[in-house]
Amino acid sequence: MRNLLPVLTVVAALIALWYVAVVPMNAQWAQDQARRAGQDLSLAALVADTMSQSRPRLPAPHQVATELWNSTVVEELTGRRGFMNTGTLSNRSLIYHGWVTLSATLLGFAIGSALGIALAVGIVHNRAMDASVMPWAIASQTIPILAIAPMIIVVLNAIGITGLIPKAIISTYLSFFPVVVGMVKGLRAPEQMQLDLMKTYSASGAQVLAKLRWPSAMPYLFASLKVAIAAALVGAIVAELPTGAVAGLGARLLSGSYYGQTVQIWSALFAAAILAATMVALIGLIQRATLRRMGMAT
Amino acid sequence: MTLLRESGGFQGTGMVLGLLMAVGLAVAGAEGQPEALPMISLLGAVLIWGFLPRTWGVARAAMLGALCAAILLAAWGLAGGPMGHPAFWAAVLAVWLGAWMLVALFADLPRRGGIAGTVQALLAPLTFGATLLWLWEVVVRALEVPRVILPAPSAIWARILRSTDVLWVDFVQTFVKGALSGYAIGVGAALVFALLVDRSDFLRRGLLPVGNFLAALPIIGTAPIMVMWFGFDWPSKAAVVVAMVFFPMLVNTVQGLAATEAMQRDLMRTYSASWGQTLLKLRLPAAMPFIFNGLKISSTLALIGAIVAEFFGSPTRGMGFRISTEVGRLQLDMVWAEIAVAALAGSLFYGLIALVERGVTFWHPSQRGR
Repeated sequence: MRNLLPVLTVVAALIALWYVAVVPMNAQWAQDQARRAGQDLSLAALVADTMSQSRPRLPAPHQVATELWNSTVVEELTGRRGFMNTGTLSNRSLIYHGWVTLSATLLGFAIGSALGIALAVGIVHNRAMDASVMPWAIASQTIPILAIAPMIIVVLNAIGITGLIPKAIISTYLSFFPVVVGMVKGLRAPEQMQLDLMKTYSASGAQVLAKLRWPSAMPYLFASLKVAIAAALVGAIVAELPTGAVAGLGARLLSGSYYGQTVQIWSALFAAAILAATMVALIGLIQRATLRRMGMAT
Repeated sequence: MTLLRESGGFQGTGMVLGLLMAVGLAVAGAEGQPEALPMISLLGAVLIWGFLPRTWGVARAAMLGALCAAILLAAWGLAGGPMGHPAFWAAVLAVWLGAWMLVALFADLPRRGGIAGTVQALLAPLTFGATLLWLWEVVVRALEVPRVILPAPSAIWARILRSTDVLWVDFVQTFVKGALSGYAIGVGAALVFALLVDRSDFLRRGLLPVGNFLAALPIIGTAPIMVMWFGFDWPSKAAVVVAMVFFPMLVNTVQGLAATEAMQRDLMRTYSASWGQTLLKLRLPAAMPFIFNGLKISSTLALIGAIVAEFFGSPTRGMGFRISTEVGRLQLDMVWAEIAVAALAGSLFYGLIALVERGVTFWHPSQRGR
């Protein structure tokens, strides 16, 4: 709570900066319009205009907030295709598109972290895997994996796999490596002394894993899960680009950029940001609850 | 049974079984048996493995070399002969398990120092990578996987050799102009900003959580906005890269500048050092591990940002442009060629930063004892 005031100040400063930037960014168009109409713009009129253009170069914060509200709550409650009128989510609402992206993200994240944990356990228990797989797992972090996304989508389409699965595969791939690297570190976190103690109990490998390595890996697990879920969301969004803008937040970004709908781009961007922040915060909550129950909370 | 408990024992036993299967199928008169060369080499590998001395010495090293050669020869022979029959797959299985056994044996080598140690540490991962490539090549060719689904590594390599000029143009456009310039601007701005933030505790406490939050967001989504603002050419890509690398870099630097201990800062005070002197002689050096951590994270992000930003519109060159258009034309070998170049560039860039880091932060515990 000590940080609340500074954080709020910084956020307020960022929003103020954004408002200030709106004026020069959109002034050109406003002045062109005025010149065409043969009018002179006063400063107040100019500022008022830059804040309320329909296709601004930089939408004002309140425009983005209004669009977010309109394309979620208002669309679903009163829209012709909204939830209240049809019983299904409207394909114009960000809730629908967000859900499309979120489902791919979560599926990919679940598979990716399960595989990552399994591989980490293998690496920790097998010298050969450690020596051969681990360097590649680290090296793969340095290559732009996202560049493969369009190819995976198109190839899977060609062999008849469409919809959720291709996107989830890319999310899996992106969330896989942070978990591997983090968990290998975590499973190796117990000290030699503790391992020796397990040995004096003549614990088997599985017992050492369950009773010592796994519990001490928990902080590392949650730290890497946070990175992984953010990466999985990015993967799902990028995976939606090559499918030709059908559904999902990535599709909203792409169609917005095709038709110059800046407000739509920004609201999709903020929806993605809110989604990412919520998921990271959720994992943070689970982390705190788990660590507290294990007596590891700081 | 004791054999199984040695390193590589399981894989070696599997290799023997695979060879027996291949020979059995051949004797039983199955169609399309592998040629003599791979079978004889495999038999040789099995024999060498059987007589491999337990203790390390010249004899074991020589036997290990012979084992490598035999398995390599078997792999070579299999890739050249008739393909896609049961006996062939049994032999492939045997070679794969044999290569895996080699990895296990390499991992067990006694540790050495110096250049020999470096080469030794690379042996296992390189063997593993080569095995994967070989498996990819053999499976694609044996199953006759269509070129539009997965091209063989040899086809990708041929494509790289054939179109070096296009690849070079794309590399310059995306990596040098887009990623590197954006990286330099973003990292530089973050460093300067971090120094400013550092002067005020209030600002630091406010900015760190916000920066951490922003660093976790899908900033890549700003790409269409940047393309709208800065046009199709490389400045928009550089802008995306700046936005992507700024916050990770800022957070790491601010954390690093706070990493000194009160005792050390007190010492600087007793020397009556100025803010600038304290910064140069104590706090920047102490922040270096954090700064390099940020530099490494950012180097990966920079390339990703530059490539993905090109999916939203670009001139008719660039890695992202090439990937998205060649995917549309189902020229997957070209796509893989671009990915190979991107992977190589990304790894080299990362490696270069890691090398500089080793020189600058030689005193840090993570750099010691290697």
